[in-house]
Amino acid sequence: MTAKPRLTHEHARRLLGQMMRIRVFEERCAELYTQQKIRGFLHLYIGEEANAVGIMEALAPHDSVVATYRDHGHALARGVAMGPAMAEMYGKAGGSSRGRGGSMHIFDRPTRFYGGNAIVGGGLPLAVGLALAEKMAKRPGIAVCLFGEGAVAEGEFHESLNLAALWKLPVLFVCENNLYAMGSAVERTESETDIHLKAAAYRLNSRRVDGMDVVAVEAATRGAVEHIRGGGGPVFLECMTYRFRAHSMFDAQLYRDKAEVERWKERDPIKRFQTWALSAGLLRGADVAALSAAAVAEVDAAVAFAEASPWEPLSDLEKYVLMDEVPV
Amino acid sequence: MSTAPRKTTYREAAREAIREAMLRDPRVFLMGEDVGRYGGCYAVSKGLLQEFGEERIRDTPLSESAFVGAGIGAALGGMRPIVEVMSVNFSLLALDQIVNNAATIPHMSGGQFAVPLVMRMPTGSGRQVAAQHSHSLEGWYAHIPGLKIVAPATLEDVRGMLWTALEDPNPVLIFEHVQLYNMEGELSPAAGPVPIAGAAIRRPGRDLSIITYGGSLPKCLAAAEALATDGIEAEVIDLRSLRPLDDATIMASVARTRRVLIVDEGWRSGGLSAEISARIVEQAFYELDAPPARLCGVEVPIPYPKHLEDASVPQAESIRLAARALVRPA
Ligand SMILES: Cc1ncc(C[n+]2csc(CCOP(=O)(O)OP(=O)(O)O)c2C)c(N)n1
Repeated sequence: MTAKPRLTHEHARRLLGQMMRIRVFEERCAELYTQQKIRGFLHLYIGEEANAVGIMEALAPHDSVVATYRDHGHALARGVAMGPAMAEMYGKAGGSSRGRGGSMHIFDRPTRFYGGNAIVGGGLPLAVGLALAEKMAKRPGIAVCLFGEGAVAEGEFHESLNLAALWKLPVLFVCENNLYAMGSAVERTESETDIHLKAAAYRLNSRRVDGMDVVAVEAATRGAVEHIRGGGGPVFLECMTYRFRAHSMFDAQLYRDKAEVERWKERDPIKRFQTWALSAGLLRGADVAALSAAAVAEVDAAVAFAEASPWEPLSDLEKYVLMDEVPV
Repeated sequence: MSTAPRKTTYREAAREAIREAMLRDPRVFLMGEDVGRYGGCYAVSKGLLQEFGEERIRDTPLSESAFVGAGIGAALGGMRPIVEVMSVNFSLLALDQIVNNAATIPHMSGGQFAVPLVMRMPTGSGRQVAAQHSHSLEGWYAHIPGLKIVAPATLEDVRGMLWTALEDPNPVLIFEHVQLYNMEGELSPAAGPVPIAGAAIRRPGRDLSIITYGGSLPKCLAAAEALATDGIEAEVIDLRSLRPLDDATIMASVARTRRVLIVDEGWRSGGLSAEISARIVEQAFYELDAPPARLCGVEVPIPYPKHLEDASVPQAESIRLAARALVRPA
């Protein structure tokens, strides 16, 4: 697959800016959760931002994305507007899904974002079908499916990879391997912990990527997308990453060592990229400060949008259980 | 082409419906286990592979969850898939996709996405294929908001419901009772789409209403004929749609006949018959001359030997006796 891209100033700005937006957004979400503005589950992506940003950077608008309940980073990196994303966290009518899905179920038609799916493994067959539609309708799009390594133990994972490879469908499977499914370390649940080998066994083009390095993720995704668009069939990327926070908002994290968490934090994808870009002369201190300020301002505006957004009227409770037409 | 009705079977009518849909809309395709080379496990799709090619008559691996989910994804992506599952029992391996995705995505996405998917599956007993191939689980599916559930019991309906289901923006599950496939009858060559909503009165009568659907309809009609020789005129209602239910037709009939027998091959406890009975009590209690009666599947896994299998589900004779007991209590 292709080598690392040569970054321009603008490109570096975009990568860092996207990661910062996600980080600031989620840190604010955590605060809003303690204020009980956000309820239910809240699965933070903090530590894993390089994956979403690197992947989405390599996609085209006509591609489709299927994500999991840990979907804030994917949605924002894909281009879902931050105001509606935040309003969705609140459950407000201005939310991207009118508030009906909440944190785990951001859907967004304009960016072809087919939802955060909260059934582990449940999104893979959907992505296979979206890719099948692209292929049958002779459209150029590909479907990208993101999931954690926990999904690898589900039957739907195996059925979907087999089908996608058998039918040479334009789908990119991205396993974000953060080493834990809730409290279960991957070596406690998988007989083969080298996940990308499983995909290779289904004859997918498959590789491991450093998921803490946004440039590496983008380069790998570009290579994968090129392969898929060229008719080469599905590709599998295993992005090695780590979540810095609890599984959902709170857990005692008895299943892992504090020292392990600290070690991974030293590889923080934002700090790492920022340091490198500064030392390479791609960005200046003033750029970083400006990006950081812009992220905070955007999140402030998103919170204001969510606060101002009305609740859906009770009279709309049953609206869209059945549809009157297929939206186009 | 002659417009005189011609002899056909339920199976052929089902096939003709698929053919017509494939010809009318290039977005339509059929996908499932052995629908192509094998011709479908009940031979419904026989010959379609030769006519339409393997791109549109798509054999799948034994992966119910993946290919049902792929049908949902393809529907989201603008196609109009017909997904066939070999039997309702096997659809349980795809329950996640049906219940957690197809039925939720339109509402959960705030109406941004629709799932215009059609699923077809055989259901019911009568072929001595025992407890993992014979159950009637359509009543379960009828519990799920976001799905439409239909059970064509006539040639016209199996010929005509598919296209209407494909045009519907919602996921529609079509249940074809295995004992109906060989049913013969006449069908006009001009037979076309029929509504998928609403019940039909298949036989008018004044003394009681027999409410049924699917594979039990021919049995109820036979029972009604036998009852007539006894001077009892039964009205037979074919539900056609199990979700939504056509309350208006049911209540109007009950108001006329004042007695009701619900016949369902599915199990009694927590089943569709319980729902219908509850609705009648809620909406037509004061019209009734007797409590609603139910004749359902015996609560056992359907057994293999014919005498036990027959005894496990309503038959024309047991329906006749139950109806008679309701109209002329001992
Ligand atoms: C089918 C299913 N089983 C169990 C759960 C409960 N659950 C939610 S997240 C999770 C862990 C999944 O881990 P992984 O796929 O690695 O993703 P991560 O949370 O690490 O991003 C579990 C078990 C679920 N949502 N769906």
